Amino acid sequence: MQLPLGYETRSRSVFTRIAICVFCLLLSAASLSALIGPAAAQGPTAPAARFTVVLDAGHGGDDVGANLTTQTGSPEAEKDFTLALSIKLRSLLKARGMAVVTTRESDIALDADRRAETADQAAAQACLSLHAATTGAGVHLFLSSLPPAQASKFAPWKTAQAAWVPKSLALAGVLNSALRHAGIPVTVGRTALTTIDSMACPAVAIEVAPEANPDNSIGANAPGVVDDPAYDVKIADALAAALVEWRSDGSVFKNSGQRGGENHELR
Amino acid sequence: MNSASSIPRYQLVLFLILLLVSAALGGLLWHLRTRAHERMLAGKDSTPTQAPQVAPLERATLMVARDADDTIGARALSLPLPQEPGARARAVLGKLLDLYAEPDSTHSVPGGAASVAQVFLLPVAGSTVTETKAGGGFGSAASGADAGPELAVVNLTGTFAASHPSGLETETLTVLSMCATLNANLPRIAEVRFLVNGEPRSTLAGHADLTRTYLTGDTVMTELERQ
Repeated sequence: MQLPLGYETRSRSVFTRIAICVFCLLLSAASLSALIGPAAAQGPTAPAARFTVVLDAGHGGDDVGANLTTQTGSPEAEKDFTLALSIKLRSLLKARGMAVVTTRESDIALDADRRAETADQAAAQACLSLHAATTGAGVHLFLSSLPPAQASKFAPWKTAQAAWVPKSLALAGVLNSALRHAGIPVTVGRTALTTIDSMACPAVAIEVAPEANPDNSIGANAPGVVDDPAYDVKIADALAAALVEWRSDGSVFKNSGQRGGENHELR
Repeated sequence: MNSASSIPRYQLVLFLILLLVSAALGGLLWHLRTRAHERMLAGKDSTPTQAPQVAPLERATLMVARDADDTIGARALSLPLPQEPGARARAVLGKLLDLYAEPDSTHSVPGGAASVAQVFLLPVAGSTVTETKAGGGFGSAASGADAGPELAVVNLTGTFAASHPSGLETETLTVLSMCATLNANLPRIAEVRFLVNGEPRSTLAGHADLTRTYLTGDTVMTELERQ
């Protein structure tokens, strides 16, 4: 059959265009799936691939925190103590197969929003904000004082923790048991701390106070020291043991209904 | 011949006259000063216009913090309390901070009563306010009587915030004990906000959030375990 002149050329051109379009479509689909793939894996119904813990070493930079008393009598800034404890705890948790995200690895200034952002992006199963003080004795565990609220797809930034308060309470119970098992006095209370109020994860603020005086138990009110290496190791070991127990709880991978990454409204 | 005889008589007389004039002028000056002082006292009205008031002693409940076991406990005291609600709130908070400033305090915080600069009481936004003509409540004693819930704005001094020990527990106990003390003595106070030197401040001493409104009706301290 005799085809009109130019038909073959036009046909080849059309096929080339179709091939280019198909190629572009495939390329777009591949890119899109690469972009949304990880987010989908962190969705509210999909379990996290690995148990993740966020360690927030309190203070840093110009914000030195409390002035702690050391064994030598020289003062130590709270920011240095919390960073050392964070690093120590990170090693213990990684050795137990956990993924650890820290808010700071050096002496840098971080505001509360940056800390909460780090925790929310990690979609962690436990968030610990580390602090230290010279008052009281043992370890003080603090939960957010926000009233518990129903989980929603979007949460106000400043009260994101409200939907996680029940889980935070459960985490505090596990930490409390482990610390008491290690012979460390524990008190549990609620506080208004901006950092944990914006965290969309089970969050507890841990304040390390001086070791209780055995003669006077917890009633001692005189400032003590918190930098006793044996005491610090005992606390870190107890916290690591508590997180191992927390990981074994089957419900820790079930989010309260909102993803950390979606907690960015109304700042 | 002696030296006195060498002074001429007229010079001696002149010296005595000048001496007498000097003494007379000194006396006149003293007299004028006394008269000026009397005139000044006469022009100043020192008549008392208001009798000094001594507030009667009343029972007050202070919610005192204990660092040792992270608790807040009630302590009843008899205090001279003014009737005006704002002054009354300031008085109970001042006494609470005086207790904290004592050397053997269970929650050591320097500063004392002078740390509370002012306490303002305002009706809570959106609450129903009812006018009452009589009654013995605090509100009726003051402005004639708002019966609705009130917001207490506590203005702390910068010195107090700067000298407050830094720590989650100690700052939380200070804030919560002040809220609980206000609620125990003025039950209409439902909300408390804190200012430092008249301005909002992010934290008290690095930890406890001062930007939020504290609800005194909440169960603010939940102690699960104590050992």
